[in-house]
Amino acid sequence: MSDHLLTTRGFTRDAAVRLLDLAEDMADTQQRQVKKLPTLRGTTVVNLFFEDSTRTRISFEVAAKRLSADVITFSAKGSSVSKGESLQDTAQTLQAMGADGIVMRHPSSGAAHVLATSGWTRAGVVNAGDGTHEHPTQALLDAFTIRRRRDGDDSRGRDLAGLRVVIVGDVLHSRVARSNLWLLTALGASVRLVGPPTLLPAHVEGWPVTTGIDLDEAIADGPDVVMMLRVQRERMTEAFFPSAREYARLYGLSVARADALPSTSLVMHPGPMNRGLEIAGAVADSPRSTVLEQVQNGVAVRMAVLYDVLAGERA
Amino acid sequence: MTLITGAALADGTSTDLRVADGTVVGLGRLTREPGERVLDADGLLLLTGLVDLHTHLRQPGGEGAETVLTGSRAAAAGGYTAVHAMPNTVPAADTAGVVEQVAALGEEAGYVDVRPVGAVSKGREGRELAELVSMARSRARVRLFSDDGSCVADPLLMRRALEYARIVDGVIAQHAEEPRLTAGAQLHEGAVAADLGLKGWPAVAEEAIIARDALLAESTGARLHVCHVSTAGSVDVRRWAKARGVRITAEVTPHHLWLTDEAARGYDPRFKVNPPLRTDDDVQALRAALADGTIDAVATDHAPHPAEAKRSEWSAAAMGMVGLETAVLVVQAAVVDTGLMGWPEVELAMSRRPAAIGGLTGAAQAVQVGRPADLVLLDPSHRRVLDTTHLAGRSTNSPFLGRSLPGRVVATLFRGVPTVLDGAVRAPEELTAGW
Repeated sequence: MSDHLLTTRGFTRDAAVRLLDLAEDMADTQQRQVKKLPTLRGTTVVNLFFEDSTRTRISFEVAAKRLSADVITFSAKGSSVSKGESLQDTAQTLQAMGADGIVMRHPSSGAAHVLATSGWTRAGVVNAGDGTHEHPTQALLDAFTIRRRRDGDDSRGRDLAGLRVVIVGDVLHSRVARSNLWLLTALGASVRLVGPPTLLPAHVEGWPVTTGIDLDEAIADGPDVVMMLRVQRERMTEAFFPSAREYARLYGLSVARADALPSTSLVMHPGPMNRGLEIAGAVADSPRSTVLEQVQNGVAVRMAVLYDVLAGERA
Repeated sequence: MTLITGAALADGTSTDLRVADGTVVGLGRLTREPGERVLDADGLLLLTGLVDLHTHLRQPGGEGAETVLTGSRAAAAGGYTAVHAMPNTVPAADTAGVVEQVAALGEEAGYVDVRPVGAVSKGREGRELAELVSMARSRARVRLFSDDGSCVADPLLMRRALEYARIVDGVIAQHAEEPRLTAGAQLHEGAVAADLGLKGWPAVAEEAIIARDALLAESTGARLHVCHVSTAGSVDVRRWAKARGVRITAEVTPHHLWLTDEAARGYDPRFKVNPPLRTDDDVQALRAALADGTIDAVATDHAPHPAEAKRSEWSAAAMGMVGLETAVLVVQAAVVDTGLMGWPEVELAMSRRPAAIGGLTGAAQAVQVGRPADLVLLDPSHRRVLDTTHLAGRSTNSPFLGRSLPGRVVATLFRGVPTVLDGAVRAPEELTAGW
C-alpha cells in the first residue's frame, strides 16, 4: 500500500518488483472474458487533466473502470480552471465531493507533489505527468514491457539486473526519461542518456546514469533497449536544434541504426511518435518495437497502481 | 531626553548614550538627569540604524501585499531606520509625482526614512529613459535608479542611463538578469533543477550582465550598483571590476547568504525567488565576499506577496520573500556566528555602506555625538524559532518560518523616537505621542 504515486525516485528494487508483479496479476485478469474486477467498487477516482493527453487519460479511465471505480474525468479546458480557479480551489472542491483518488496531469513540475502534501485533499494522488518532472506510470509500464519481453511468463519476482538501456533525445524536457532512469536503475539496469548537448540537462551529476552525445557510439555498444523520446518540433524555434532533418540524421533511430543493433535489442517509444523524426516508421513497426505492447500494458500497470494507492483504508 | 545605559558598541566598548531632540547628545559614562527616561541596555548591542538598499513596499498598486506603512513597520521590527523603496509599483515610480507620493507616505508613517528609488526607464519597460533628473530634484531627492524586477537589458539604454545619471551623481542599481537566458526559468540551473524538472536559471545570465555593465560603467565613469548578487562567478566579476577601479558597488541578500536550491526540493513556493537560491559553493563565496568587502552591503530584497500568490504549484507562484524582520538575524547566523565577520563589519555592511551608496550622508557615520539618533539595540544571545508573530508586515512569505534564528531586535530608535520597544513594534499613535 502506498498513499500516493508521485515519483519513481526512491523506489527500492523490492517495491518496484512487487508493483510489477501486481501488474502481472492485473494483466492476467484482462485475458478473461469478463475483465471487470469488483476491487474498487464504491471508490471515486477523478482524472484531473490540466493538459491534453488523450492516450494517458483513456488508459487511466479504462484501468479505473476495470476495477469498478466510479470515474469522473475533468479536463481543465472549458472548465472553471481555465477561468482562473487555482489548484487549491479545484482540489478542495474535489475533496468536498468525496474523491478518493485523483489522477493528475499538470503542466507544472511538482504539481502532483504539491497536491499530495498541501492538505487540500485527503485523496490518493497518482501523478500522470507533471511538467518536465516525472511520469511514473509510464516508467512502470516500460519496465513491465521490458520484463515481459525478456522473461515472458516467468517474469514474476524478477528485476532487470544487467540490462543496458539507452534513452535518446530530449532528456531535458522529458518526464518519461526522469521516471525511467530512477525506476530502471532501482531494478538493476544501467542507463545511458544520449542527445544533443542542448537537450541534456547541464547538471546530471546526481543521477545514476552515463551521458553521451553520439547515438552511433551508443548503438555500437549493443544496448538491450533503445528508448526513443518524443521531440517537439517547437524546440527548433528555441534553437535547441536547427532542423528536423539534422536532428533525424544525428539522433533519429533510422533503419540503418536499428539494423546495427543486436537482434534481441528492443526499441521503445512512449508515444505519440513523430515518424521520420526521432524514429523511422519501419523501425516503429518492426518486431523489435514494443510501441503497441507499451500501450496495452499501460492498462494493467495503471490498474496495479490504482489498486496499490486506493485499496484499503486511507489515513 | 532619554538615557540608554550599559550598551555595547559594535567594537565591544561599553557606553551610555543620551538622546535629545532626535540627536545623540552624549556618549560615555553618563549620569541620569532628573526626569530622564532610562532604557537599560545592559548586555545589548548598539548599532547605527540599519539601512536597506532594496525594499519592495508595493504601494501604489500592491496594497494587498504591503503598504508604505506596513512595510515601514516591518523595517522597524528588523532594526531598520531607512529603506529604499523599489519602483516596481503600479504605476511604476518613474516620475517625480510618484516618488514624491511614496516619500510623503513614508513621512506620514514615521517609522523609517523611506527613500524612493526611481525607475531607469519609463514604465520599467526598458525602452525609453525615465526623467531621472526630475526625480532627483524632486522633494523625494532620488539618488538610486533601478528597473528592479526587470533588467535594463538593452546595452544602449544601460549606457545612456549610466551617462545621464552623472548629472545628479546618481547610481544605476542593476537587476542583473539577461532575459533571453532566463525566459521561463524557475530555479538555479543545477542538479536540483535537473531532478525537479524545473527550467534552469543559469548563473551566467547574472554574471554576463554584471561584466557588461562593469565595462559600461568604466567607459562612462558612472556609478553602478549591482542588486542581489547571487553567484560565486558574480563575486569574481565584481572583484575584477573593483581591481580595475570601476565605480561599482554590490549587495547580497540575507537569504542568498544562507539558503540553497536544496530548499526547493519539496516544491514549496516560499523558496521561489529572483535571483534563485543557488548552491552551497555560491553561499560560501558570497559570505567570504561580504567578509572581505568585495560585496559592500546586505540588502533584503523584501518582497511581500499575498498568501494566495504562494499557495500554488511552483511555476504559478510569485517570486520573492519577505526579509526585513529577519535580515540582521540571518546575517548573524550566516557570518557572525560562523566567525567570518564581527559586528563592526556587520554595521558597515548593513548600515553605513548602504547609507553611503544611497546618499544618506547623515546616516553614513558611526554612533557619535551630534548625529541623528537612528539606532538599533540587539540581543545577539537570544534564540527562537521564527513564527508569523515575529513578522510585522502585511505578508508572511518568509523562508525562515519554522527555523531557529539567533538574535533579537530589542529596540529601534528613529530620529530618537522608539519605533520598537521590548521587541514589539509600537503603534502609530504611540510614535507621535513620543515615548
